[in-house]
Amino acid sequence: MTVMEQRGAYKPTPPPAWQPRTDPAPLLPDAEPYRVLGTEAAAKADPELLRTLYAQLVKGRRYNAQATALTKQGRLAVYPSTTGQEACEVAAAMVLKEQDWLFPSYRDTLAVVARGVDPVEALTLLRGDWHTGYDPYEHRVAPLCTPLATQLPHAVGLAHAARLKGDDVVALAMVGDGGTSEGDFHEALNFAAVWQAPVVFFVQNNGFAISVPLAKQTAAPSLAHKAVGYGMPGRLVDGNDAAAVHEVLSDAVRHARAGGGPTLVEAITYRVDAHTNADDATRYRGDAEVETWREHDPIRLLERELTGRGLLDEAGIEAARQDAETMAAALREHMNQDPALDPMDLFTHVYAEPTRQLREQQDQLRAELEAEADTEPEGGTHR
Amino acid sequence: MTTVAVKPATMAQAFTRALRDAMAADPAVHVMGEDVGTLGGVFRVTDGLAKEFGEDRCTDTPLAEAGILGTAVGMAMYGLRPVVEMQFDAFAYPAFEQLISHVARTRNRTRGKMPLPITIRVPYGGGIGGVEHHSDSSEAYYMATPGLHVVTPATVADAYGLLRAAIASDDPVVVLEPKRLYWSKDSWNPEEPTPVEPIGRAVVRRPGRSVTLITYGPSVPVCMEAAEAARAEGWDLEVVDLRSLVPFDDETVCASVRRTGRAVVVHESGSFGGPGGEIAARVTERCFHHLEAPVLRVAGFDIPYPPPMLERHHLPGVDRILDAVGRLQWEAES
Ligand SMILES: Cc1ncc(C[n+]2csc(CCOP(=O)(O)OP(=O)(O)O)c2C)c(N)n1
Repeated sequence: MTVMEQRGAYKPTPPPAWQPRTDPAPLLPDAEPYRVLGTEAAAKADPELLRTLYAQLVKGRRYNAQATALTKQGRLAVYPSTTGQEACEVAAAMVLKEQDWLFPSYRDTLAVVARGVDPVEALTLLRGDWHTGYDPYEHRVAPLCTPLATQLPHAVGLAHAARLKGDDVVALAMVGDGGTSEGDFHEALNFAAVWQAPVVFFVQNNGFAISVPLAKQTAAPSLAHKAVGYGMPGRLVDGNDAAAVHEVLSDAVRHARAGGGPTLVEAITYRVDAHTNADDATRYRGDAEVETWREHDPIRLLERELTGRGLLDEAGIEAARQDAETMAAALREHMNQDPALDPMDLFTHVYAEPTRQLREQQDQLRAELEAEADTEPEGGTHR
Repeated sequence: MTTVAVKPATMAQAFTRALRDAMAADPAVHVMGEDVGTLGGVFRVTDGLAKEFGEDRCTDTPLAEAGILGTAVGMAMYGLRPVVEMQFDAFAYPAFEQLISHVARTRNRTRGKMPLPITIRVPYGGGIGGVEHHSDSSEAYYMATPGLHVVTPATVADAYGLLRAAIASDDPVVVLEPKRLYWSKDSWNPEEPTPVEPIGRAVVRRPGRSVTLITYGPSVPVCMEAAEAARAEGWDLEVVDLRSLVPFDDETVCASVRRTGRAVVVHESGSFGGPGGEIAARVTERCFHHLEAPVLRVAGFDIPYPPPMLERHHLPGVDRILDAVGRLQWEAES
């Protein structure tokens, strides 16, 4: 009997037989990114969904601005902003059901917050008080992943395991355009397609990997084109069109849930801010390009659609703003408090039980801290 | 003899100068990595090279460390001398397959017919408030891989000398660049840069009589500070800067320990299975009869590198070094 069988809950079901793809055509992405806003498709969109998306975008923008301000005050060690990319962040969280999993990359704090994780806990990594501030199981959000693309195989494994168990779970994994060059990206896509795992790979193509533009990252017609080689559909979407991103991701999630296997979705968007607050974007791009993208801002696009169709008025816009302000004020207040840190925690979770060596090291640090407290009652600095 | 103004330079500038001079001297030298071109690297070490030598010789690669090092292997097979940058210590790990399975052992596999003169630059170590995966000290992994040289400078002059020597070497060399010393300054004459010595010589940074501190890279300035502080307590500490971890300079280290009779190894990577264990064992094997106390280690704790707000508790500082020195004295007296 295997360990898993002893546990009882584990009932393996074999994955579906592999179906060779004979015709790649249906897998290929369209030449143009899919759009809803400003097209006829917008008339069919659910007004309530559009209004919710709008409120989320406004809040997301405010969150980005607040977090960026906190880096300037030294309250956050670093913040990779998603200003301009809010439609992707928010939609990624909204298309998932409660039992589904999100696998964010280091830039995706906003998606994590939109999924329901406490904003302060979501910022723990970037604040520097611990590596992950939330319980991954509480909201089914994997830890924010810093080494690029390494979370993608995890998403495939989790989705595959859930499938074997007979659970209705989809995993959505986020990665940047640069991350698609890593070996882990390719291995994850291949595994997912071979196993027909219920995974959605969501690439936010924001034009740059730090300073490197997409043209130096790939020679493919689009990143979505990569899907076909693995045997899964690739979809291209306007990443600043919140309605379109929501629709394309929803389709992909539904497809996965129905046993149709993985999809690669590429959203074309733009990183309006620098890579992080530590980056100097003027070294590799001009203002004119950034300005063009500001015209194609996700909030502006949706606002235009909603007001044009009489679904949103000044009062509605103001209400969304107020809501965002309340969130920002709460975030500010929490982040301005010093986190309570216990240096002893350094040793607590290295193993289930600290090793004898770690306990010795913990004793050493405890003695040092006590000595420090004795000699420097004013809380002097540690040499 | 003309006198050239000796100006303060940062360690990062000395690395840049070394790359530039090596590229100018030998067209086979190619620099490659993530963001090394237009941006000049996230630490600006490759600043200006793409402009001066063209994008074919200072290349922004796709974002893929295994790919960067793997293609460097092929380039080296064909006669180039690639210098690759791994953006941060922990982001070199995807390249370990290429490093361990090929870079380190191709000379051996081919019975000397296919040497791989590749330089792998790795910014490493903590103390700069970096978030997770930005502060690892990975020297033990490199040291444990036969076929690699491993060097790590602690001064501006050595940054230049060691990087030039690494590029000139016909073997793969891992150059561990101490991040927190990138902005450290020293008077340095870029017009008459440090003579380039072969890799493998340690140096006595500060002579002393009572205890030898054996250290390298980011811990060197900490040991120098500890040596100053120890004077007040009547201890005269000698500081040996290894500069090269592989090959290891037993001669300089043992000569020092034989003089002082006591040694403490200081580094910020963990102590269990870390570089200090190897060093302490070598010193004990070679200097046993001269030792008046066991060789002690002052190292980082055996934990994953902590978040920035707690790193000061992890990094070995002056107090921890002085404490170890104190224990040596006590051991000698008892
Ligand atoms: C394996 C690995 N290599 C290098 C890095 C350093 N790094 C952090 S972000 C980044 C650029 C990422 O670009 P992209 O994937 O396009 O995502 P974006 O930042 O644009 O969201 C790099 C090179 C890393 N985090 N992980």
